[in-house]
Amino acid sequence: MNIDWAALGSVFGVSLVVTVALVGFFTLGIVGLSKQPEPAAQGGSGGSLLLARAGAYVCFALCAAAVAYGIYLIVA
Amino acid sequence: MEHITLLLAIVIVTALVFDFTNGFHDTANAMATTISTGALRPKTAVAMSAVLNLVGAFLSVEVAKTISGGIINEDGLRTEVIFAALVGAILWNLLTWLVGLPSSSSHALFGGLIGAAVMSAGWSSVNGGTVVTKVLLPAVAAPIVAGLAALLATRLTYRIGGKIRNDAQEKATAKGYRAGQIASAGLVSLAHGTNDAQKTMGIITLALVTGGVLHPGSNPPVWVIVCAGTAIALGTYLGGWRIIRTMGSGLTDLKPPQGFAAQTSAATVILASSHLGFSLSTTQSCSGAVMGAGLGRRGGVVRWSTATRMFVAWGLTLPAAGLVGAGAELLTKQGTWGVVVVAALLVVGSGAIWLVSRRKPVGHGDVAPTGVAAESPGVVTTAIAAVSPPLTAAQAAAQDLKTTIPAPAGTTQDPARPATV
Repeated sequence: MNIDWAALGSVFGVSLVVTVALVGFFTLGIVGLSKQPEPAAQGGSGGSLLLARAGAYVCFALCAAAVAYGIYLIVA
Repeated sequence: MEHITLLLAIVIVTALVFDFTNGFHDTANAMATTISTGALRPKTAVAMSAVLNLVGAFLSVEVAKTISGGIINEDGLRTEVIFAALVGAILWNLLTWLVGLPSSSSHALFGGLIGAAVMSAGWSSVNGGTVVTKVLLPAVAAPIVAGLAALLATRLTYRIGGKIRNDAQEKATAKGYRAGQIASAGLVSLAHGTNDAQKTMGIITLALVTGGVLHPGSNPPVWVIVCAGTAIALGTYLGGWRIIRTMGSGLTDLKPPQGFAAQTSAATVILASSHLGFSLSTTQSCSGAVMGAGLGRRGGVVRWSTATRMFVAWGLTLPAAGLVGAGAELLTKQGTWGVVVVAALLVVGSGAIWLVSRRKPVGHGDVAPTGVAAESPGVVTTAIAAVSPPLTAAQAAAQDLKTTIPAPAGTTQDPARPATV
C-alpha cells in the first residue's frame, strides 16, 4: 500500500489556487461591470469607468479560458 | 451478438438500471446549488444537466478498462459476480436516495464488487491496500480539499464584492453569479456524464467480453454507448429531488455568491483530481464544497446533524453495498434459479423503496429557493443604502449578509429537513 501523497498534495494545491483565483477574478469582473457612472461625483470618472469595464472583460476572458480548458480536459 | 444468454441480458439491463440510479442520485452534485440559489429553475436545471450528461457520454472514447480500478482481482471475474455487485450498488443508491443523503455511486459499486468477489473467491480477491488508497483516503480528502477551497473562495468573493453599494449593482452582480454558477454546473455535469456513463459502458463491455460476445480489448459497440448515455441522462432528468434538497438547502443556506464559490470549487476539484492521478469522488467533493461555502459566509451555518448523517452514510456505503452484493452472489452461485431469484428480489426491493418514497413524495416544487421571509429587512437595508451613499463598515457588513434572494412565494415547508427515515 503506497499512498501517492505527492498526487494528493498537488490536487490539494491546484484545487485551492485555481478555485480561489477563478472566484476572485470572476468577482472582480462582476464588480468592475457593476461600476456605474457617478454623476459629477469625482472629476474625470469616465476614464476610470472605462478601465473598470476593460478590466472586467479581461477577468471574464480568463474565466472563460479556464472553462474552455476544463472542457478540453474532459474531452482529452 | 448472436448468443446473448439470459444471464448476459440480465446483467446488461441491471447495469443500465444502475446507470439510471447513478444519474438521478448524482443530479444533486451538479445542480443542487444552482437550483437552491435560484440561478436556474429546477426543471430547467435537470434538463440541462441531462443533456450535458448525454453529450459527456459521447465525448470520450477512453472507456474504463477496469471497473474497479484494481480494487478486486478481475481475472476470471464471472458475470454473476458483476450482476451481484450491481444489485448491491443499486439497492444502496435507492436507499440513500430515499433518505435524501448524497453518497458516492462509485463507492456503492466498489462495495458491491468487493462483497460479491469475496463471496465468490474469498478475501484474497480483494486488494486491501487499494481499498484504502482509492476509497477510504479519498473519502476523507475530498470534502476537506473541496471544502477548504470553497471556504476561501467564499471569503474572497464576499470581501471583493463588499464594495457593492446600491440596488442596481446588486441586481447586476446576482446576474453575474448566476452565469458563473451555470457555467461551473455545466462543467460538473459534463464531467459526470463522461466518467460515470463510461463506467457503465465498461461494465457492459466487460460482461460482453466475459460472455464471449466480444473479443477481449475491443471497444464498446455503439449501442452500448447510446444505451448508457441515454440511461444516465434519463435518470438525471428524473431528478433526485430528495438529494437535491439536502445538498441545496439542507446542509446550509446558500446565497448566490456562495453557490458560485461552491460550484467552482467542486468543478475544479473534480477536474484536477481526475487529471493529476488522485481520483476524488464527485459526490463527496460537492458536499464538501457546499459545507465550505456555508462556513465561508459571515453568519453562515452548517447543519451538522444533516452533515453527520451524510458522513455516516458515506461510512456505511462500502459495507452495506458489500453485504447486499455478497448475499446476492451467494444466491447466484446456486445456478440459474438463484440469478432469477436475485433479479426478482431486486425488482421487489426497488419497488418497495419506491412505494415508501411515494408516501412522502418530494418533487421539483420542493427544491426551489424558499423565500427568506425572516430576512426581508434586506429590502429595507438596500433601500436605505441607496438613499444614503456613505456606509459605515458595520452597515456594509450587515448588507453583506443580506444580499438579496429573489423571493417567490415561499413554501412553508422546512427546507432543513430532508425526508424522514
